[in-house]
Amino acid sequence: MMGIAQSGGRTVLVWPSLAVAFLLIAPFGLMVMLSFWLRVPGGTYEPGFTFDNYAALLTPFYASRAMLTLGLAALAGAVAVAIAFPLTWFICQMGRRAQTWWLVVILGTLSLSEVLVAFSWSVLLSRSAGISNLFVWLGLLEVPIALTPSGGAVLTGLVYVTLPYAVLVLYPTLSRLDPALVEAAHSMGARPLRAFFGVAVPVCRPAIAATFVLCVVFSLGAFVTPQVLGRPEHWTLAVMVTDAALQRANVPMAAALAILLLLASLAFVAIAGRIGRGQSGTTQ
Amino acid sequence: MIGFGAPLRAVFLAAVGLFLVLPLIVIGGISLNAERAFHFPPRGVSVRWYGEMLTDAGWLGAMTTSATVAVLAATLACSVALPVAYAMWRRPTLFVRLLFGACVLPFIVPPVVVALGNVTWWTQLGFYGQPIALVASHAMFVVTLPLLTLTIGLASIDRALVEAAESLGAHGSGLFRTVTWPLLRPYMITGFVFALVVSLNEYIIAYMVAGATVETVPVKVYNALRYGYSPVLAAVAVTFVTISFLCFGLIGRFGDLRRLMGAWRT
Repeated sequence: MMGIAQSGGRTVLVWPSLAVAFLLIAPFGLMVMLSFWLRVPGGTYEPGFTFDNYAALLTPFYASRAMLTLGLAALAGAVAVAIAFPLTWFICQMGRRAQTWWLVVILGTLSLSEVLVAFSWSVLLSRSAGISNLFVWLGLLEVPIALTPSGGAVLTGLVYVTLPYAVLVLYPTLSRLDPALVEAAHSMGARPLRAFFGVAVPVCRPAIAATFVLCVVFSLGAFVTPQVLGRPEHWTLAVMVTDAALQRANVPMAAALAILLLLASLAFVAIAGRIGRGQSGTTQ
Repeated sequence: MIGFGAPLRAVFLAAVGLFLVLPLIVIGGISLNAERAFHFPPRGVSVRWYGEMLTDAGWLGAMTTSATVAVLAATLACSVALPVAYAMWRRPTLFVRLLFGACVLPFIVPPVVVALGNVTWWTQLGFYGQPIALVASHAMFVVTLPLLTLTIGLASIDRALVEAAESLGAHGSGLFRTVTWPLLRPYMITGFVFALVVSLNEYIIAYMVAGATVETVPVKVYNALRYGYSPVLAAVAVTFVTISFLCFGLIGRFGDLRRLMGAWRT
């Protein structure tokens, strides 16, 4: 009996294994190999082994790009989590209908592609049609001003794109948070804010770390937002990767840049994982 | 009900709600412009851009392409995710753990890295720019979503139920078909919808793997933004957002969205 079940179990894994091997591992492995290949002027490349593609990245220009990319992504991730955590916390305390409504709206904004988010924020932050007109009307500003392109505009776009994902990751943990924990804090005399920061936040530390990682990784890969809402000095590594691959037809260098970006993401995952584990979580 | 400062909470929720819906209002407003321009608030109100969207071969083609790619990619993703999630739940061997980890990878890697990996791989195989390359790339990009919803679903199944079925003689595929699958189906649908929505709106992979030959809606929108403005793109965006609101709204109306998203308490 067990034998049949087990062999059945193995057969069903044939298809996922093939898919993972050929559609996930292979493209990734090829990219790693390519980052060591030789570039042939004119847009192609040939097998070889060189560190030149990496060496070419050791310039102050790419170093500043890398710092910008990491800084922007970390900031966007921090802001997204800082908004998403209390938001999810409030949503979980709502009644059934209100909860469903908020979830539908948040999931709905998931379906705005990065292209549309960047575009609508470029309208919202523009001088002619943007929110600065509202501030003029309210008397807060003398004349409407253009808030885009700017670093703040890029950050706004990134937070908007990552916020729904942050809520989705936090929701299971927060909705399962034992209400008795918070009630206990109350009965011991903790005020709501204190219960929130003293109980809910520490207990959810692993989930917060996971959410932060996801938001950072998404921001690290943002490609449209920095281009539409930022000036060239806000262009991140993701923009550089595409630029190297498509405009400059230097695929090996694009691959080396992508590996760099990948290592940065994995470093974030490792660090956040460590922070998340640092305190024993009672979540899940 | 744990009260925060009630006014503080109301202000916070209103601000976040406004932040979330502002872009939707802008896109909706622009789609109603009477002239071929991106005025916001719109000057004059007309629905002519919706008409143009439904008659313009380019936009119709892009919408058909996007929908086809997304349905195929989401189906493929679910077909990979289901066995992996199930095996992880039943018997998490080292191999299964590795498979599971590999399937989570696309979500902890910046999409542009996935895009570059795929574009080099499909170019090497001679499939660069082919619709099939885009479907496969998207499928493996979104596979994490059904995997996670299915994992949530399986975790919510009472193991005693499975043991009871086993003691009555159910095993292997019979057990799956009669016990696990009916309980898991809502989570599968949710995972499919997530995968579908993410694929529909994904830009960078679509652009790099097949942007020159297969024009999906996000690629066409981006091109339209760069080479000549037309409010049609706003109309298309409104249509897309409406469709996904309907999808999630229907799940919320006929299923328990909160439970599907991982809430245990009801």
